[in-house]
Formats: sequence, structure tokens, C-alpha cells
Amino acid sequence: MAFVRHTIDINDCKLSFVRGGKGAPLLYLHGTDGLAEWPAILDTLAERFDVIVPDHPGFGASEAPAWIDDVSDVAYCYLDAIEALGLSDLHVVGQSLGGWIALEMAVRSTHRLRSLTLISAAGIHVKGVPKADIFMIDPEEHARLAYADPTKGAEAAERAGADKYQDLAILNRIASARFGWQPRFFNPRLERWLHRVKVPTQIIWGDGDRIIPPAYAEAFHRLIPGSTLTMIPNAGHLPHVERTPAVTQAMQSFLRN
Amino acid sequence: MKVMSFHLMPYADLDLSVKDSYRTVWVVLPNRYYDPKKGHALYNRYLDELELCAELGFDGVCVNEHHQNAYGLMPSPVVMASALARRTRDCRIAILGNAFCLREHPLTLAEEHAMLDVITGGRLISGFVRGVGSEYFSFGTNPVHSLERHQEAHDLVVRAWTEPGPFAFEGKHYHCEYVNLWPRPYQQPHPPIWCPSMGSVETLEWAAHPDRKYVYLQAYSPVEAVARYLNLYRELAQRRYGYEASSDRIGWSTPVYVAQTDAQAVDEAREHIEALFNVFLPKQSELMFFPPGYMSPESLKRALAAKRGHKGGVKIEHLIERGIMICGSPDTVRRRITECHHLMGFQELVCMLQFGTLPGDLTEKNIRLFASEVMPAIKTLTDQNYRGFELPRVAAE
Repeated sequence: MAFVRHTIDINDCKLSFVRGGKGAPLLYLHGTDGLAEWPAILDTLAERFDVIVPDHPGFGASEAPAWIDDVSDVAYCYLDAIEALGLSDLHVVGQSLGGWIALEMAVRSTHRLRSLTLISAAGIHVKGVPKADIFMIDPEEHARLAYADPTKGAEAAERAGADKYQDLAILNRIASARFGWQPRFFNPRLERWLHRVKVPTQIIWGDGDRIIPPAYAEAFHRLIPGSTLTMIPNAGHLPHVERTPAVTQAMQSFLRN
Repeated sequence: MKVMSFHLMPYADLDLSVKDSYRTVWVVLPNRYYDPKKGHALYNRYLDELELCAELGFDGVCVNEHHQNAYGLMPSPVVMASALARRTRDCRIAILGNAFCLREHPLTLAEEHAMLDVITGGRLISGFVRGVGSEYFSFGTNPVHSLERHQEAHDLVVRAWTEPGPFAFEGKHYHCEYVNLWPRPYQQPHPPIWCPSMGSVETLEWAAHPDRKYVYLQAYSPVEAVARYLNLYRELAQRRYGYEASSDRIGWSTPVYVAQTDAQAVDEAREHIEALFNVFLPKQSELMFFPPGYMSPESLKRALAAKRGHKGGVKIEHLIERGIMICGSPDTVRRRITECHHLMGFQELVCMLQFGTLPGDLTEKNIRLFASEVMPAIKTLTDQNYRGFELPRVAAE
């Protein structure tokens, strides 16, 4: 499936995204590693959906103007972008940092949203359950921790080690810190507004997630009214990459209904 | 040349075998390894050492700030500067420096520095630093905002020191309805501001700006890097800002050890300086040194390239050879500093005479020998002894 790159200007934020496929619109929001490694699941989704994949402000080819300080600014930026692109009945899929952004959008307005899919999402804090501090560890260690399968983890660590001084990797780390440094990858005020997520929500989590432990999946499931939870066996923080068929199946059955 | 004595106040009684279980003595080393009774003896010994330097005619005594580590135990250098304020008479007291930008309210430090300046009758030097990378883990401050917070905190503090209050400060990171400092600083317009750095183009550009012309102090680095950064200050002044930098704006900070002979100096300093570099300095990861956004991607790549050179056990021979430390007989040390001055022309030399695990008896011997055999000669060095600055044909950096 061919994806085509576009740029849109939102309040002086030059937002870069790729778009491909046919069907109902689906917005995919990436995690802290950006789109340096393209998840194959997006090609599968593009067979049935009009898939829109932006680089978050400060990541990849998108700019981060001075007015974007935190994830709530990013959320407003995307809500504006959805309007500007004339999208409605939009499926939003967010992984990790992207899941947090999706939630910040949804508590502000679900007006143009059809559904929410959260894959190992950040955004809240469960007391006594620490997340991995991805800023304290080297990129190799971060990559290794992201997989449940040690072999895949070792391969990912090797790729991360080779790339870590590349401009893109440095840029993406800076953008991750901008939004997630303090407090680490959550907004203390998000949890109290999660009842406002009034669209069907599916939570997908790897049962071996060592970056954001599965206790967070349970917490989201409890906090978001009517949400469904799918645990993916033998998967880490990137279940859509590590167990693509299982996640594809879960997503397609959820999105069809 | 002015010669000052700097202390890091390390936890010299650290059980060095922690190195086998922890990759770093910063942030994550459990504080059960700190014994307050030993700490009591160390703090008082270190203050004695700085007071001795003041008595022996150093132009100043210097302290600095680090958090949650065994490398340097002055989370508040103001406390140490206060202790020194009443035990010294004529010398400068330099805080090299305080990380104003780590604070939610930098005016607390502005007030404390003003108090010190008034108590000492204007002997304070205020160093403005951003803190090392690991401090952003200790405080939670976002490193992405480090540089702009640093600059904004500086603007707030300098305005608080110099402008009639009360006034409102309207910044991005700091917003204060009432800025009205009691006391105001003793020195007019304000205490001298220094910019200690491990080598950062951003800091140099900022320090050398004609509105500031602050002293740039290069902290211990290979001598070729010291020369590069100190010359870059002069180059920026001349090429970008159109003025000639005065040599008294340029400083070098380095560990120094003097003994009767070269061989004895190396022998006595070895295990203690090697402990500094191999146990006290290493961090958990590169990111702990340089968290994201702490410096520009270009500076980060330069810094990482420089670091990659020395992994593994550092040896004193390597430190001496690369000019990261000065070590030898009085004659050798005098000659080495004179040579470096001839090349770089710094008029401020900050010597670290205790380092790592160096015990009290050797530190005192080092201080006394340096003060009697080295200091008198190097204090006479002026711009007359400097070979002078030549603008390179191609702009650096």
C-alpha cells in the first residue's frame, strides 16, 4: 500500500503526515521512537481504512513551535488538524505516548471521533507501579526492554545502538523528553477526566510489557467507561510489532463493530 | 594572574568496591553508603583546607553544587560559602556555581547570594551553571527547557540585584508579581558572574556577549580542549561581537598535585586521582550525562565523540599527558602552568588541590608546597607573558 507524505500548517506548527488506503479514516499516533521503524500493521490496516500517520510535533519531519509545551498542546493541535482535514467518524489508534495523546484529545472532544484504540498507552500513573525510566537507560537497553522475546529484543538493541547518534534518533529523544520528562509520561489531571471518553474504547496490552506494566491496562480498563481489554500473550511494549497477527485480529474485530 | 583554590568535597570515605555493584555514584547509589559521622569529619577537614588556602594567600576559595552523589557533597554551596564567609578576611569566595535554573524560584538563591555579598563586604563571585545532566534526574526539571530557564533565571536574578524594586517579572518559566530584594548586593552593580563549563559553545556565546562579558571558566578537560574553548571566547568576542576580550574574563580550572619530585608526585596522587576518574565521575548511561535537550544535537555529538575516547580504567599518566591534570615537582608544575599561560593567556587559575580520595595529610602538603613554591611565580604572569591571540582565518565551530 502506497503512503503519500503531506504537510499541514496548524497555528504555525508544520505537521507532517503520511496517508494511504481506502475506507473510514483512521489516525495512528506513534510512540516515543517515532516512525523510524514503520509498523507493518499500518499496511494491513490501509487495506480497509484511510490511514493517516503524523509525526508528532518535534518528531521526525514535524516541527515543534515554541507554543507546544506539553501533550495537551499536542492534543489541541491534532483536534485542529482533524477539523482542517475535514475528518469525522475518525478511528484513533495510539501507542504508548501516542495513546496518551489520543486520550488527551478524547477528554477534550469526541465530537469527530468514532472509536479509540489504546496500545500500551502512557498518560496516567498507578501508585506503586513504576514504569521503566527510558531516560535513565541507554537506547540499547530501552529497545531490549520493549520486547518480551529476548531474541527480538537483542536484534532491536543492535539497531538502536547503530542509530542512536543519528539526527532522527536524537530529535525523537528530545521530543519525547519535552512531553514526557516530568512527571514521567503522565498528566496527573488526566485520570479525573477519563469518564469523558464517550466513544467505544479498546485497550490492547502485551502481557510482558516491561516499559508500562500490564497493571496500567487494568487501570485504564477501570477508568474508561465501557472499554474492552485485550491482553496479548508473549508480547512486550510493542505488541502490534511483536505479535502483529494477534493485534491485527483484535483491532479488526473491534473496528468492524 | 589570580590563583584560587577549589574544593569538590567528595565523599572520600566511599567504599570503592561499590563500583562492582553500581555503574555510578550518582542518583542511584543508595545513600546507606554515606556515613554521617565520617561526613562530619570530612566536611570540617575540607573547610579547614579551604581556610588554610585563604591564610596562605590564595586569591579566593571556591565551592560548587551537585546533588545526590558521592562525587561532590555540596547540594548547597551557599552553606559552605557562609561557613567560609566569617573564617576568611580578604580573599574572594566563589560559588562555581549555583544552578539557579533547577529551582522553581531562583530568587531564593538571589537573596542568599546577596546576603553573602553583604556579609563579606563584596567578596562574592556568583557562578551561574545549569547543573550537570544527572541533576535533571534529581530535580525533575525538564532538560529540554534547561538553556532557556537558565537564561531566564539569570535575567530575573540580575534584574533583582540591580533594578529598584518592587517590580513584576514576566517570563515564560518564572512569573513573579513582586521582585524587591532585601538585602541588595554589596558590590555594584552586582557580584561578578562566572560561567563554569565543561565546554559548551552555547555557554561561550552567551558569556562572551557584550551585554555580559562574563568570566568563562573551562573545567577540567584535555589541555587542547581548554585551549580551543578559551580561544573560542576571544574569537567570538572579536569576530561576532566586535570587541577584544580581556584576559581576566578567561579562566581554567584543573586538578594540581605538587610533591618534592615528579616521581613522588605521581606516586602519591595516583590512586586518588584515578578514583576520581574511574569511580566518582562515571554515570549510569550516556543519557544520564547528557539528557535529551540538555544541549543542541550538534553539541551532543561533539561531547559524545570526546567521551568515547576514554572508556575503561583511566591512568594518571594519561591524565598528565593530555593535560587534564598538572602533577609533578614544584619546578615542573610552575613550568607547565607558565607554558599553558603563554599559550592561552588565562588570568584566572582555579586549582583543585584535593581530588577523589586524596587524604588530609597529602592535601595539606600539596596546598603548602603549591602556595610556597608555585603560586608566587605564577601570580606574576600577565598579558606580557601571553603570546597573544591571533584570529584564525577560518571561523571555529
